[in-house]
Amino acid sequence: MSTATSGTLNHVAWVLRGNPLTAVAAVGVALLCVLAAIGPWIVPYDPIASNVAIALQAPSAAHWAGTDQLGRDVFSRTVVAARLDLMIAASAVSLSFVVGAVIGSICGYVGGRLDRIVGRFVDVLMAFPLFVLAMAMVAALGNRVENIVIATAFINLPFYIRFARAEVNVRRNAGWVESARACGDSHLSVILRFLLPNILPAMAVQISLNLGWAVLNAAGLSFIGLGVQQPTPEWGIMVAEGARFISTGNWWLVACPGFALMVAVLFFNLLGDGLRDILDPRMRT
Amino acid sequence: MSAQPRTAERLLDIEDLRVSFSTRRGMVEAVRGVSLSLDVGQTLGIVGESGSGKSVTAFAVTHLLEAAGRIVGGKIRYRGQDITHATWKTLRSTHGAAISMIFQNPRAALNPIRTVGLQIADALKVHTNLTPTEARARALDLLKDVLIREPEKRLDAYPHELSGGMCQRIMIAMAIASEPSLLIADEPTTGLDVTTQKTVMDLLAAITVKRGMATILITHDLGLAAKYCSRVVVMERGQVVEDAPPLQLFSAPAHPYTKRLVAASPTLTSTIADLVVDGGDEAPSSVVATPKAALPPGTPLLLEVQKLSKHYPGGITAVNNVSFRLARGESLGLVGESGSGKSTISRMLCRLIDSSDGEILFDGGSIGDIKANDFHKSALRKDIQIVFQDPHDSLNPRFSAFDCIAHPLRRLEGMSSGAALTKAVNDCALRVGLPLELLERFPHQLSGGQKARIGIARAIACKPRLLVLDEPTAALDVSVQAVILQLLDRLRREEDLAFLFVSHDLNVVRMMCERTIVLRNGEVVEEGLSADLFRAPKSEYTQALLAAIPHFEPHAPRPVFEAVPA
Repeated sequence: MSTATSGTLNHVAWVLRGNPLTAVAAVGVALLCVLAAIGPWIVPYDPIASNVAIALQAPSAAHWAGTDQLGRDVFSRTVVAARLDLMIAASAVSLSFVVGAVIGSICGYVGGRLDRIVGRFVDVLMAFPLFVLAMAMVAALGNRVENIVIATAFINLPFYIRFARAEVNVRRNAGWVESARACGDSHLSVILRFLLPNILPAMAVQISLNLGWAVLNAAGLSFIGLGVQQPTPEWGIMVAEGARFISTGNWWLVACPGFALMVAVLFFNLLGDGLRDILDPRMRT
Repeated sequence: MSAQPRTAERLLDIEDLRVSFSTRRGMVEAVRGVSLSLDVGQTLGIVGESGSGKSVTAFAVTHLLEAAGRIVGGKIRYRGQDITHATWKTLRSTHGAAISMIFQNPRAALNPIRTVGLQIADALKVHTNLTPTEARARALDLLKDVLIREPEKRLDAYPHELSGGMCQRIMIAMAIASEPSLLIADEPTTGLDVTTQKTVMDLLAAITVKRGMATILITHDLGLAAKYCSRVVVMERGQVVEDAPPLQLFSAPAHPYTKRLVAASPTLTSTIADLVVDGGDEAPSSVVATPKAALPPGTPLLLEVQKLSKHYPGGITAVNNVSFRLARGESLGLVGESGSGKSTISRMLCRLIDSSDGEILFDGGSIGDIKANDFHKSALRKDIQIVFQDPHDSLNPRFSAFDCIAHPLRRLEGMSSGAALTKAVNDCALRVGLPLELLERFPHQLSGGQKARIGIARAIACKPRLLVLDEPTAALDVSVQAVILQLLDRLRREEDLAFLFVSHDLNVVRMMCERTIVLRNGEVVEEGLSADLFRAPKSEYTQALLAAIPHFEPHAPRPVFEAVPA
């Protein structure tokens, strides 16, 4: 088994050599996760303690990213917000991945009427402006973080269904699928144990890209006042709040959370391609 | 062409050609010092197995090497001029489209959304200034040249409306549109039925003679090379190992590799035992039994198929009213060309698809009534197993060899991971001659022959009584095929298996099976003892099938290039 492990490591090393950006992205994503995990304990200031005496101060040695209109430290708030934003994105994406992959795989494998019905449902879903749909869902379900997760997952669902369907569809007549049947697997077992693991590498790329997009979406919803409420630190709200002060020259309110948002999306997107190469066993030699 | 009396003009001269590919493991030499020459009007065969570098040599000549490949040494001269590093453009301007090429999969080489007439016209326009009307007229002439029936109609057909053989004719028409003096045919008939192969190859031979072209035929089929080439070059691992006229090469091969190759190619008379001379790369099988006669009467029946049919929506009948019986331990061959329904029958018997009509009795009990969707729960699931055509495609890319073989044991024998399972898998691997250290590997890390062994090990893991073999060696090199056939034959004897051997290769079926059924368009054409059927075929179709197999034996009739009547 040790040879297998070193083979995997060699393979990862090879992929990273060919595409160093993947390494940068992987380190970036890892850093984000660490920040999300330990953020509240390492920040210099309490993210929700206001102190109007030092409101709207420009970045300084004491406050690296300045302070907001209530005198809260923008840097601390940005760091602490990472946890909530990543949590929303990760749970939304996992939810849509699990549901979408299963529905899509079944459609791709079974085909026929089921495939057509689900396919049209997906078409209808995609015909809506997705962000507006998410807004409507959060508004209807109630202004809570869970509902942001559900709404974000729901509007991502069509992509996963289509993706899984297409990937399974090209494999459903493969010899190894037939041979699994001859070895005593039921159709369901073929889908779950054979087809899903085989489409995972391709899905991983989708997941990675989608995470960035989900962060943006969650931030977007709270930007317009849905979901996360004040005074909880969250990148979207912080940008929304800060936007009111841009005209008065207090750019730092927006800059720090905006930059965090950009970096997170960028890292997730960059990670995608490298991830596909790493996860595909056929790329190993 | 073989007897060209006057000293012909030298057309192509390859001298010590070396081609390297840059891969992840550094530079890999695919062609290592190949020298060969070709005279005007000659037909040269290049034979070799996969990885021998035969296609790469051709690609180097036509400057079609992919980006990773590079000519690192040697010279290619065309009519005396060095074209080794000439760019495509200068090549064009000096020689026109002097070298044309046709490829293996004709359907994939044609643009699916343009009519064939337009595609031929495209090929014409590259080097002439024809108006669309003139191009169409020329395209029509070319279609007539390649003997396509109703050429006026076919001009406006799309590739998917034509058969594989017709698509290859279109490719030939496009290749000769530029009036080349050298045509390189890279496995032009691989994947075509044997009767189609014959018509396409006859056509190609006639056209090259008529136009005075030189041809390089790249193939893995010794018979094909023997029949259609005046000289044959054998390649192994990027090197030429032998270069001789076919008669001499195949009746008295000099190089050990050629000897192995010739021995491994099934002929009209060879037996399983003849196929492998020692020194093969794969471990040789130990026991080789003698050819068999019919089974003793009174052998209990294992499988009985009565009036089996399969209809698909849209009025398509894949299998129509097929009946046959199979005794315990017997081997029955199912031969036919594509569309004959042989794969459909094998899948119905394995209960992977439902039959529309008819009865399947296994060991006296009806299994035709069990839905294919539910058969995995049946106790008979492990009694009927199947070996699939493409050994690579039939292994889950995410399963190691161990998992592939363990899978049926886990599912059908209910074994869980542990010492017992490991022992069972190791046993299976040993039975099929698979080295145990390979069990940790994934399919893409294994050779074709090793993957074939895994596919067989998986199928016999649960000790089935009926093994359906769906073209088990069609995707393998001939020397690997020889070893796998021997292995199957040995397993059958040792484990008292009954075989249903599905194949398009008549020689293989003759060697492997006591009885043979010939199928055409889903119906049984002829049935009989293999020995009789192949010696004295009764139906016209079987006769045509047998006649279409190219042979290389010295005593076999050797039709040469008489022009096919237009």
